[in-house]
Amino acid sequence: MEIWAFLGIPPQALFGQLMVGLINGAFYAMLSLGLALIFGMLNIINFAHGALYMMGAFAAYLLLEYAGIGYWPALILAPIIVGTFGMIIERLALKPLYKLDHLYGLLFTFGLALILEGLFRELYGVSGLPYAPPPELTGGYNLGFMYLPTYRGWVVVASVIICIGTWILIEKTKLGSYLRAATENPALVQAFGINVPAMITLTYGLGVGLAAIAGVLAAPIYSVNPLMGSNLIIIVFAVVVIGGMGSILGSVLTGFMLGLLEGLTKVFYPEASNTVIFVVMAIVLLIKPQGLFGRAN
Amino acid sequence: MNRLTLLAAALALTTSAGTAYAQEVSGNVVKIGVLNDQSGAYADIAGKGSFIAAQMAAEAFGGKVLGKPIEIVTADHQNKPDIGSNIVNQWIDTDNVDVVSDVPTSSVALAVQEITKNKNRIHINSGAASSDLTGKACSPTGIHYTYDTYALAKGTGGTLVKEGGDSWFFITADYAFGHALEKDTSAAIVGAKGKVVGSVRHPFPGTTDFSSFLLQAQASGAKVVGFANAGADTINSIKQAGEFGLVAGGQKLAGLLVFLTDVHSLGLKTAQGLVITTGYYWDQNDETRAFAKKFAEKNGGKMPTMVQAGVYSSISHYLKAVDAAKTDEAKAVVAKMKELPINDFFAKNGKIREDGRMVHDMLLVQVKKPEESKGPYDYYKILSVIPAEEAFRPMKAEFGCSLVK
Amino acid sequence: MTQKNASSTVTFLYIALLALAIAAPFFFYPQFLMRALCLALFASAFNLLLGYVGLLSFGHAAFFGFAAYVTGFAAKEWGLPPEVTIVLGALAATVLGLAFGALAIRRQGIYFAMVTLALAQMLYFFCVQAPFTHGEDGIQAIPRGQLFGLLDLNDSLTMYYFVLAMFVLCFLLIQRTIHSPFGQTLKAIRENEPRAISLGYNADRYKLLAFVISAGLAGVAGSLFALVFQIATLNNVHWHTSGEVVLMTLLGGLGTVLGPMVGAFLVAGIQQYLAAFGAWVSIFQGIIFVACVLLFRRGIVGEIIALGQRGPKAEDEKSVASTEPAGAPSTVAP
Repeated sequence: MEIWAFLGIPPQALFGQLMVGLINGAFYAMLSLGLALIFGMLNIINFAHGALYMMGAFAAYLLLEYAGIGYWPALILAPIIVGTFGMIIERLALKPLYKLDHLYGLLFTFGLALILEGLFRELYGVSGLPYAPPPELTGGYNLGFMYLPTYRGWVVVASVIICIGTWILIEKTKLGSYLRAATENPALVQAFGINVPAMITLTYGLGVGLAAIAGVLAAPIYSVNPLMGSNLIIIVFAVVVIGGMGSILGSVLTGFMLGLLEGLTKVFYPEASNTVIFVVMAIVLLIKPQGLFGRAN
Repeated sequence: MNRLTLLAAALALTTSAGTAYAQEVSGNVVKIGVLNDQSGAYADIAGKGSFIAAQMAAEAFGGKVLGKPIEIVTADHQNKPDIGSNIVNQWIDTDNVDVVSDVPTSSVALAVQEITKNKNRIHINSGAASSDLTGKACSPTGIHYTYDTYALAKGTGGTLVKEGGDSWFFITADYAFGHALEKDTSAAIVGAKGKVVGSVRHPFPGTTDFSSFLLQAQASGAKVVGFANAGADTINSIKQAGEFGLVAGGQKLAGLLVFLTDVHSLGLKTAQGLVITTGYYWDQNDETRAFAKKFAEKNGGKMPTMVQAGVYSSISHYLKAVDAAKTDEAKAVVAKMKELPINDFFAKNGKIREDGRMVHDMLLVQVKKPEESKGPYDYYKILSVIPAEEAFRPMKAEFGCSLVK
Repeated sequence: MTQKNASSTVTFLYIALLALAIAAPFFFYPQFLMRALCLALFASAFNLLLGYVGLLSFGHAAFFGFAAYVTGFAAKEWGLPPEVTIVLGALAATVLGLAFGALAIRRQGIYFAMVTLALAQMLYFFCVQAPFTHGEDGIQAIPRGQLFGLLDLNDSLTMYYFVLAMFVLCFLLIQRTIHSPFGQTLKAIRENEPRAISLGYNADRYKLLAFVISAGLAGVAGSLFALVFQIATLNNVHWHTSGEVVLMTLLGGLGTVLGPMVGAFLVAGIQQYLAAFGAWVSIFQGIIFVACVLLFRRGIVGEIIALGQRGPKAEDEKSVASTEPAGAPSTVAP
């Protein structure tokens, strides 16, 4: 018990903040996973990831508002809708950019993010639209050290399931092995009769779908807001730089870890909670420039 | 074309410098610029609605003053002081704008106050909160019309303490506005014999998750948790406070700056029970309802916020003053505005003080329970009317306004 | 077209542009022109890095905005004259550039872009918290002061010609840098870094120096900006500003001399005329970005040069104009 007195904070506060950190980490993990996936397969930094996450939340909101479709179907439908949108974009615009420098992919998606966020701002304003959690997930549990809203607990569980599911899909299934092979040696895989461009399109759709599903999960917690992704994306970039972009599992772990670290910072020095991830990034760059889980290039 | 307008502006400046000639209107038009946020966090509380309110005021006045047409222009400052000052400079230098109206967001308002002071134009602020506009940053041609941080703090803070909420914990946006609101409210709480047990500052802008701050508020055991933030931040913090069971645990929430549109966005289920200080509520009496009805027809069914109602009232008052002063020269018009009392749906016996503060009765309201509400926008029940002389900060030299001796 | 002819055409073009710039304030709103000039300088400084070294910094707002704060603070709180405050601002940006650059050049290509972005975001949060920046309010009512104690910069024409003079000065400096042996080495590194290294050049040191020069010049632009608008705000350090400078350079033409200027004037014009429409500014900027990337990657000036050069003269200029800013080696293994 002396240790708590030494740290000057009650254990409840610490555990509570770590729990909250874990919840934030869940979002970082899902978003950085999508980014890493797209980067790994397409070599494109998807600056529009934050905007697509926002679109996921909006898709859930609009489904409810205009079609009366609730949370659970939206959890499936929104990623499909936004993912399809992503695949159309990939086919029309990203495809011609692969043969160019990667920077053009970054610039294109940056422009895309500006357009999407601007359009939603123009249509829906920015004060945010309400989206209620499903009735099954309201209420909460008293964990002793904190009151955990059921919905937040669900977010962590859902995120872990989604991340593991994606990992299995990529590493353990036939489709996943085609995907990986297609990026290693497209010509050879094509020769085996596999449609490589379709694989790439599918990957982009999958990455975008991950962003969208994170958006749906976020909708009941934060209000549905056109700018909800615009600041998040920069943090996720830092997460990806820290983790190193090669590894799928690495980006997930880094996401959760940094969420926890942020939670800790909020206990000891809340003013720095926005900056701590960037400080870690600077340190990692100094010591291991390719990132914690990255391969040297 | 551009040279011509420059020339016209130059001419207008030289003639208006002469003043005191009867019936003179610079540029042969009375031009009102409605500057506000039309796409950001405050787009719903001010935004296009304020522009509509200003147009309604001009129409109600007959579209002309001193025989010259009234023209209304608008622009989006995007809550950025540099963009705002750029627009206002151009409005004054080349477009011959006489008065800048609305200007929510304290940082932009302070920048506009400085420019209008130096260039002798009128700034009638309805949207911003900073009480510095009539303190350190006061201006002989600046008027602060609708509310300020002091009035909000006094109304909400003072009243809740009296009702037994005598220990407070603040969740404060970490920038000038949040600090001012926390400071003013703390003073009001201590003044009413309550105490502040703690506070935490959340980064601004860019905080979307308030859970860790809410946990601290919960652990503090304070009876009231005060949110010294605004717009989307307030909406998110109140929403998440419900989620973490603060209200269920017996703590009271006090949103220090909550607008009607915020309540609309939160929904009554989440917002119920909030105590709010406001300068105007549409469903107060027949007069307020009459204005609100006309306004809502033009604004897609959305009822006016206090900021939008304040824009209407202040523009009407401005036009009356121009008519009475027989000129649109800034100092002469402001003198008239301060001389004439304000009596309309917005304010009864309102008056503009020497420091530019318009003082009028404020309302203390509580957000209804869902079952009490008859439908959209039927959100508040009025708890009490705070009389003008109590609602606003007294005019004293210590607050730093050079106009107060 | 002979080499001599071409260079005299270019000289003629510069003189005509200068004459135009001198006459401009009598026809256009000086405040707008000054804004465009500051942005043009900012974009030119940025272009030095992206166009000639192939490094895409997504955090250049940090240098621009931080210099604006330093200049604003020095002018307002210490009452220093403009010639001193601008030097202070530029110095601050240079030091910051050294720190950011040293970290960022450890990675290449898109990683470089993301690292600069994240570092700039860190500075942004610092500026939000630091008391001297006055957070959201920014430093307001910055005095323009008397230049060398002689010229009153409060007069908008005097201020305009001062900004123009500073612009020309920095512009010449950039030109000098590009055409110096140092500039040639930078181009060599951009085209083929491993080869430059094998030739004995310390590529990292060259890149760092270019980064620092670019940061310092962006700082000059930021300092001027603070004096022109008499305000220094968070907006100047926000990543949207970093995005805007990329947009200006891309729109005008990467690696072209006049491109950043053309881009800056166009973007400043869009901001000016769409200001009343809020979100449309960002929609429009996004559309331009997308159009530039998909349709004319050389930018406006780059396309014009390419049109004029459809012939045998395919040496230096052409290779610059047609560059996919190839610095980042496409060898980053997936």
